[in-house]
Amino acid sequence: MVVILGLEGTAWNLSAALVTEDRVIHEVESPYRPLHGGIHPREAAQHHAAELKRVVSQLIEKAQDARFSICDIDGVAFSQGPGLGPCLRTVATAARALALALNVPLIGVNHCIAHIEIGRWRCGTEDPVVLYVSGANSQVLTYHTGRYRIIGETLDIGIGNALDKFARYVGLKHPGGPKVEELAAQGTRYIHLPYVVKGMDFSFTGLTTAAKDAVDAGNSLADVCYSFQETAFAMLTEVTERAMAYCGKDEMLLAGGVGANRRLQQMLHTMCTDRGARFFVPESKYLKDNGAMIAYLGLLQLRTGQTLPIEDSAVRPNFRPDEVEVKWR
Amino acid sequence: MLQCAEAIVEFQDGLVYKRRIRKRYRIAEIDERIRKERTRAEARIMAEARRHGVPTPIIFDVMDYTLVMEQIEGALAREIMRPQISERIGELTGILHGSGIIHGDLTASNIILSSDDTLYLIDFGLAYFDSSTESRGVDVHVYFQSLAATHASSLPELKEAFVKGYTRTLPEAAEVLTRVADIERRGRYVMRK
Repeated sequence: MVVILGLEGTAWNLSAALVTEDRVIHEVESPYRPLHGGIHPREAAQHHAAELKRVVSQLIEKAQDARFSICDIDGVAFSQGPGLGPCLRTVATAARALALALNVPLIGVNHCIAHIEIGRWRCGTEDPVVLYVSGANSQVLTYHTGRYRIIGETLDIGIGNALDKFARYVGLKHPGGPKVEELAAQGTRYIHLPYVVKGMDFSFTGLTTAAKDAVDAGNSLADVCYSFQETAFAMLTEVTERAMAYCGKDEMLLAGGVGANRRLQQMLHTMCTDRGARFFVPESKYLKDNGAMIAYLGLLQLRTGQTLPIEDSAVRPNFRPDEVEVKWR
Repeated sequence: MLQCAEAIVEFQDGLVYKRRIRKRYRIAEIDERIRKERTRAEARIMAEARRHGVPTPIIFDVMDYTLVMEQIEGALAREIMRPQISERIGELTGILHGSGIIHGDLTASNIILSSDDTLYLIDFGLAYFDSSTESRGVDVHVYFQSLAATHASSLPELKEAFVKGYTRTLPEAAEVLTRVADIERRGRYVMRK
């Protein structure tokens, strides 16, 4: 049995988990919640620094209840990127210290791929087209000859970021996505908003500005939230469907925090049903940023020898998933 | 009858009917708008391309979700591919790009050599107006990929011939071709089965 400790802290959620081949032994998290505005990178990093000791100690304690000791840990995995620089550096420092102290390999993992692999693990899908949607990222990917290839992606901001910017503008507290979803459920009237798909890519900034203008013009907030979701999610679903047709794949996996949105799930499910494909989505605790996914990908990479010497373990804020050689598939 | 992700294509009395199909996942307001806009855009882009000297099927009617156009009799470029054809495709692509148009699905199956020896570009369903080096590069890359899938053994000659034609009609060809090499390295668009 191999046990990996995983540390996640690329943005808002500091999370540590212990994972073994067949299960998540335990997970402890400490989300950063801004008092006002959105995620401030330095404040988030300070939150992670202040909480790291408590989160890791609590994880080890809980693991002892499950009869795992700190000596059972075979490797320490951390999110090397992409993410906010200050947050990445803080968590990487903790990961290096732990790996040195325990004298085990350090494993740097790509945050996006961790989202994909935990989804495959929890759902049992073999070779899906993946829609990965979070605050900062929105990509359609699939595995082909040794790498996760990006087939389509946002030309500007991530869908979560778009929802959050809009939500902040209309006075909803961060994180705005879930609040927009609640309001959207009460909306009934569709307001024309720009639908921007270019080839296999999509864009959300024009949509966000138009949605703000629609609120300023006196439309009901619920109707604008409804129209925002319907437009943005239709764009994502369209590109996902086209990617499935293009690659000839009949499984689809949803990943990332925005994946918790019920309307997005419903649209993708309908699309998959209509084309005779299977739709997979993991439990929401594995959709949002979590330590378990980092530990799990760390476990896969330890097996293939994809570990990091300390001197090569600098963080990579713009780390793209297609840079990683996928040796475990 | 042909069905792709977006449309159903039917042939009748020398005419092609291309009807964009409804998607249940999106609400009717968006679905109808997108299908109408794209049907009209496709007709507009095809006419624009023809005005600049790129042969495309003549549009006879634009209905809400359906385009009615001329059926081009002939052979797919894929079936009769040789360097001379690839060079002419390069020329047409250069003219198309120089007119500010991106085809969006430039494969050797979307080009027809008609019985009077004219090359026609067809299926502008994913076309759009853009003059960026990146979009042009993706178009050329998609064409090269389609050649790699069906004409692997003569790929270098076919690519070289295309480059010759493309460079003749597009002043910015060198810049685009450098970008194509970049795009190949990124491996973003390489998965067609």
